Formats: sequence, structure tokens, C-alpha cells
Amino acid sequence: MEHRKIITVVNGTSYQCEAEPRRMLGDFLRHDLNLTGTHYGCEHGVCGACTVLLDGRTARACLTLAAQVHGHEITTVEGLAGQDGTLNVLQQAFKECHALQCGFCTPGMLMTLTELLNETDDPSEAEIREAITGNLCRCTGYQPIVAAALLAAQRLRSSTDTSFQPQPLPQE
Amino acid sequence: MKPSEFEYHAPSSLEEAAALLADLPDAKLLAGGQSLMPMMNFRYLSPGHLIDLGGVAALSGIELQGGRLRIGAMTRQRDIELSPLVAQHAPLIREAYGLVSHKQIRNRGTYGGALCQLDPSSEQPCFTAALDGVLTIARHEDGGLVTRELPISEWAEMYMTPALAEGELLVSISLDIWPEGHGYAFEEFARRHGDYAIVGVAALCSVDAAGLVDRIVIAVCGVAPGPVRLFEVEAALRGKPLDEAGILLASQAARELEVMTDAHISQEYRQHLAGTLTQRALRTALARALSTVGA
Repeated sequence: MEHRKIITVVNGTSYQCEAEPRRMLGDFLRHDLNLTGTHYGCEHGVCGACTVLLDGRTARACLTLAAQVHGHEITTVEGLAGQDGTLNVLQQAFKECHALQCGFCTPGMLMTLTELLNETDDPSEAEIREAITGNLCRCTGYQPIVAAALLAAQRLRSSTDTSFQPQPLPQE
Repeated sequence: MKPSEFEYHAPSSLEEAAALLADLPDAKLLAGGQSLMPMMNFRYLSPGHLIDLGGVAALSGIELQGGRLRIGAMTRQRDIELSPLVAQHAPLIREAYGLVSHKQIRNRGTYGGALCQLDPSSEQPCFTAALDGVLTIARHEDGGLVTRELPISEWAEMYMTPALAEGELLVSISLDIWPEGHGYAFEEFARRHGDYAIVGVAALCSVDAAGLVDRIVIAVCGVAPGPVRLFEVEAALRGKPLDEAGILLASQAARELEVMTDAHISQEYRQHLAGTLTQRALRTALARALSTVGA
């Protein structure tokens, strides 16, 4: 099969690659770009571990073809921490609240909650629980994840941190 | 767990997409990919060609047209959910999308894709039926684009099979607009939040100054391949106050629907849900309609 040329920006870095049409975004990130932070669980859109941001919105990397992100921008879990490895406010809250044990669901949880915090810095507990309904975690029982999101939101409100930005509303 | 090989096509216009669909053997259209890609990952489907509609800008958008709401088939579900136009003119849709899968899926999934997938329990054909949707369908013929219109009532041919002929694609959906302040509700029962409903009910109603039902619509999903409108009940309730007797009449009619059954859900249980959810949807829609009449 003819390979597709793919030009995409991942975590602020521009990549130009070629990939088979059937290459999934998750495999593209992990195997072609060596960005193994995005985890692959169910590979049919149910577990949420592979969630990334596509043009600022969450998407399943296992249901998206690499060819579909040509000309688009991706953010993965590697794009959250600072250049020097300093955890961002959400990651720091996950650490402090013990919001991860085995860590398999964590990249997807972080990307999903990043989208939520981009939309609002004052989410209710119910909104947080609703946001992560599409992400499965088998270790924590979700309680510490919800607590971490609340803590991160609280810190965002009382700081000048601008790493979480409201997304523009859709065009009509 | 990886799709088998296919050729990928990325048309940028509707004409180009329709021409590819007409010419290529064994081709599938890729809309949002939230149902198609899992099926390809499992190799339930192995098309030879995939035509990605993501680059066809003409297939996306929400606008008022001729007193109706027109939504492009490739419009992302999340964009419809967040649209101020939709919130103003069809609040039923926003309520229904709150029950559709998860945000990650709605970000990518498209309205037209869901209609073509035609899961019997999907909320989207159901609210389309409640809003008297008319579908615009296109195909490539003699070097040009030919379109036809089809009411949603004729959309479902059989289980998960829409009335699309070979080479046809869904372009847009036009929906009825109800007067501001009308009552609406979408009620469903699903095992988990975000699952397809076992049964769902959409209700719309408007009442006049005297509190009598001016217009009323009830649509049920999860009982047949396509959404089912309770036309007889709607006619019987018009011009009367929507009292307990009226709600029970509707609920009883829903309970007596001929319903499909499967290994997990019995006929009786589906009928029970249809009756109960019809009651709930009507009560909520009526309360909302009355709250704006009184205001």
C-alpha cells in the first residue's frame, strides 16, 4: 500500500513522516515517534488509556488514523510537564493525591482532565466524574483521581498559571 | 487488533468524495470513525478503500435555512452539543447529547455517521425523528452530483441498515424548529452512563395560553431498527390538557409497542421501559412547557 505523507505537530514539535494508511495514531506516536507515554489498552475505544488532544480536544488515539492528523496538532502526556521535567499543576496534584497506582490509565486520565480544566477552572465533583466516565481505572477506585482534579482546579484558580487555556467555541 | 490493509483517500470536496465512492470497488466512507474503526480493528470489516470525509468542509456546519435547522452530516457531535443555535432552537438535541457516549467520542463522532451506523438504541436517529428530520442524500451521476431528500421515517430499512443505495452518501439533515419556550425531554435507561440506551424516549410539546396541548411529539428508540413515532397518541393528545389520563394513555401505548428482543433484554422489559420512560419524558416536557407559559 502506498505510504501517506504525514506532517503534524506533536507537543509543539513539527514532524514529517511517512506511514501506512492503516497506521493508527497510537502506534504512530509510540513506534514511529517513540512517544511511549500514550498507553494502548483495549484498542477499540472503550478504556480511554490512549486519549490524546487533537487540536485541543480529547480523542482516542486507537480510533484515529495517523493519516487523519496530517495538518493537525497533537498533545500527548509528554507535552504536559515543563522542559526541565517539572510536573504541571495537574500532574503534581495526581502525585500528591495518590491518583495513580499502576499508572496505566494515567496518561488518558491526565489528557481528559486537561481538556476539562481548559474548559473550566471550577469544575464540580459531578462534572469531573462525568468527564472521566470514558476512562477506566482498575486500581484507584477513582476517588483520588477526582480529588486530584479538584485540587488542581483549586490551585489554578488561585495562581497565575496560564498553562490551562480556555478553548475557543466552535465556529458556526 | 489492527486493521487490514486498505487504500486511503482524502477528498476535499463533496463532488470528489461522491465520485470516489461511485468509482472505487469495496469502499467505505470514514466519518468520525468511532464505530467504523473499532470494527476495522477487530477485522469485522476489511474494506479495500477508505474515503475520509474529514477534509470535506461543505459537509460540516450548523445553520438556519428556510425556517429549519440544517446540520451537515460531518458536523462533530460535540460541536452540535455546544452550539448556541442548537441550544436556542432545539434544546432536545443538547439534552440527548448529554447521554451519548463520552466526550472523547463526541469530539470525533459525527451526527451523520451515527445516523448511517443506525444503532437501534442510538439517541441521534430518535431526536431526528422527534424533530421531523429530512435527510439530503447525494450520489455521483453523469459527471455531476445528484441529490434527493428522504424523511427520517423512511431511513431505517432494517437492523443497522439505512436506506442508502450503492454510491450514495448522507450530506445533511434538516430539522423542524419549535417555538421558543416549548417543552422537551430526552429520557433513557442504559446500564452505564454513556452506553447506548436499552430504550430511550424523546418528547416535545407546546401548550397554548389555556394550557391545552398545541403540538406534541413522542419518539422511542431501542424498540425497532429505527426510531418509532407514536403518531396516534400524538393526535389523541392534541387540543386537550396533558393530564394524568393523557400521560397514562401515551405510556400504555408505548408499553404495547411491538418490540425487538435479544439474548440480554426480554420483550417485556423493553416494553416496560418504553412505558415508564414515555411517562417521565412527557412529565418533564410538560413541566418545561408550562414554566414558560406561566412566565
